[in-house]
Amino acid sequence: MKHTLSVLVENKPGVLTRISGLFARRGFNIDSLAVGETEDPALSRVTISVDGQDQPIEQVTKQLHKLINVIKITDLDPNSSVTRELVLIKVHATSETRSEIIQVVEIFRAKIIDVSASTLIVEVTGTKDKIEGIISLLRPFGLVEVVRTGKIAISRGRKRT
Amino acid sequence: MKVAAKVMMEIFKNEGVEVVFGVPGGSVMPLYDALMDADLLNVLTRHEQGAVHAADGYARASGKVGVCIATSGPGATNLVTGIANAYMDSVPMVAITGQVRRPVVGTDAFQEADTFGITLPVVKHSYLVTDEHELPRILHEAFYLARTGRPGPVLVDLPGDVATALIDYDPDNPPEPNLPGYKPTVKGHPRQIKEAARALAEAEKPMIYAGGGIIIAEASDELRELAAYAHIPVTTTLNGKGLFPEDDALSLGMLGMHGTRYANYAMTNCDLIFAVGVRFDDRATGKVDTFAPDAKIIHVDVDPAEIAKNLAVDIPIVGDAKWVLRSLIEELRKLEPSPERHVPWMRQVEDWKQAHPLPLREDPDGEIMPEFVIQKLWEVTRGEAIVTTEVGQNQMWAAQYWLAKHPRRFISSGGLGTMGYGFPAAMGAKLARPDLTVVDIAGDGSFQMTSQELATCVSYGIPVKVAILNNRYLGMVRQWQELFYEKRYASTCIECQPDFVKLAEAYGAQGFRATRPDEVEEVLRIALASDAPALMDFRIKREANVWPMVPAGSAISDMLGGGEA
Repeated sequence: MKHTLSVLVENKPGVLTRISGLFARRGFNIDSLAVGETEDPALSRVTISVDGQDQPIEQVTKQLHKLINVIKITDLDPNSSVTRELVLIKVHATSETRSEIIQVVEIFRAKIIDVSASTLIVEVTGTKDKIEGIISLLRPFGLVEVVRTGKIAISRGRKRT
Repeated sequence: MKVAAKVMMEIFKNEGVEVVFGVPGGSVMPLYDALMDADLLNVLTRHEQGAVHAADGYARASGKVGVCIATSGPGATNLVTGIANAYMDSVPMVAITGQVRRPVVGTDAFQEADTFGITLPVVKHSYLVTDEHELPRILHEAFYLARTGRPGPVLVDLPGDVATALIDYDPDNPPEPNLPGYKPTVKGHPRQIKEAARALAEAEKPMIYAGGGIIIAEASDELRELAAYAHIPVTTTLNGKGLFPEDDALSLGMLGMHGTRYANYAMTNCDLIFAVGVRFDDRATGKVDTFAPDAKIIHVDVDPAEIAKNLAVDIPIVGDAKWVLRSLIEELRKLEPSPERHVPWMRQVEDWKQAHPLPLREDPDGEIMPEFVIQKLWEVTRGEAIVTTEVGQNQMWAAQYWLAKHPRRFISSGGLGTMGYGFPAAMGAKLARPDLTVVDIAGDGSFQMTSQELATCVSYGIPVKVAILNNRYLGMVRQWQELFYEKRYASTCIECQPDFVKLAEAYGAQGFRATRPDEVEEVLRIALASDAPALMDFRIKREANVWPMVPAGSAISDMLGGGEA
């Protein structure tokens, strides 16, 4: 099972290195990782996706907790949290295929943010399923580049993550 | 406003630092200049590895935080082994490394190394000081982190221009630590403790498996009380030696790869393990699948990440060992367990003890056997000395035959297994406990890794004793080669060695040699009686092995050697 760990950390130099180094040396794999400042500039939020089948999630979180700069870890329940990822897709587009690509983009409520003679850049936000869906539909046109932010997540309702 | 380096001396004083170990260099010159006027002992070692192990030995013998100092670049990288060693064995330590001046950090400046990055996996925490005004808080935090919770080494990387900057510091009003993510658990969960008490009261074949965490938590008295009250045999890890008197009838000595047969049999056959301050290390458990197959396991540790790390646990308790043991004893007394119910088990354990004692070998060629030296050393010091060890056969013989009686008097590199540790650690231990005899039980291979510290001992008049069990081999590897590599002794014959007696004398220390068993006691008596650092070269039976032995990856009940199964 995939787990989304939302890790609240002190916004200090070296914190990300400590986290990634811990995963590397304990043999835990990271599926995706996103990091940014929170509403409090002294704190950052790291969202880490890990596969709970490959490694005991309990051991991952306990080891993370040992890092002095880690304040709080939440293993987000998919039913009571919202996850999103932002992806930029550069796709081949000719005069023949351009309108077909635009249709796909509209269906997915994505955006076209750059146009050149031979390419389009598509910006899409969504869950993993949506993103994989649009990528698979755009693939036949020829993907030039795909850049993903990694998943971020937040708990639903009034509760703080 | 005061110079930061001088402020550091005030912080050392505030934190109770009595001694620092280190080697100077360009980027720590301001610090060393301030040390000249500071009210503490500044020990110049001959290599940074000597400094970090000495700080470690000082910390283990005293329970206080050990402090070491090295300059940027090679000075700092020379500390790395010792920092990793302290990390593995949870030793409270603050390591201060110089760094190049802030404007040139990241430019591959002279003697620049990314010390923060290099040490990241082997520290409890670390700091690179970029703002001089943060220095007082950082240094106080470093000491606080090093000694609390599960102790460990904390590194402070200090650019040279930070040390000379002007800062404010009021020793009567030091900055508070600001560590929102650090809250070690002291009190164990009351329900879990009740459950543990019930399990102990119901068990018919219980065992106590205790380790270094008991010594760190100063909980030896509580553990002794529990064992005596509930009639439970005690086995310890290497770093647990001394937490329970090994000449007590309830002691089964050390368990594991070179543990006693009776400890390993008892662990394999018991129905309950009360594990406290241990981490189920592979050297202790052997093959995990066959470890104590019928036992319920209670595991007490201050570090939640140790629980269920290597094997599943039935009753986990996170908390300080002393606190948990106190409340557990209280709970257990309420249950008034019958002392009768362990009688058959105690009889069985006693039978194993009688049937499989550790071997006391007499060599047909009349050569010195290692256990003979250790036993004589014990007799001469009445077992009251602090013993440090090197790593390898010497360490395991010391673990088997030195019956440790007190906590903080058996000091050994357990987790990392660092050759060269014992001698500088003995130096640190002697400075912590000048009232006690301190002996490094050494191998000739290990001793040569840090023997330059003889100069430090002579220079500061630190009368440490070194007992080399000299077999002119890297003996433990040779033993494995004998058993598992068809006696192909690759790179383990180190017959080319200095004359250790002359080596000691060359440094201004005393040197003695024994080549026959009847010379051993006299050498020990003379060397230990002297006020000087002294080295004893015991020429032991070259191919003596450590028995019993559990081959790596086997069940701990599958032992080779040392009495029939």
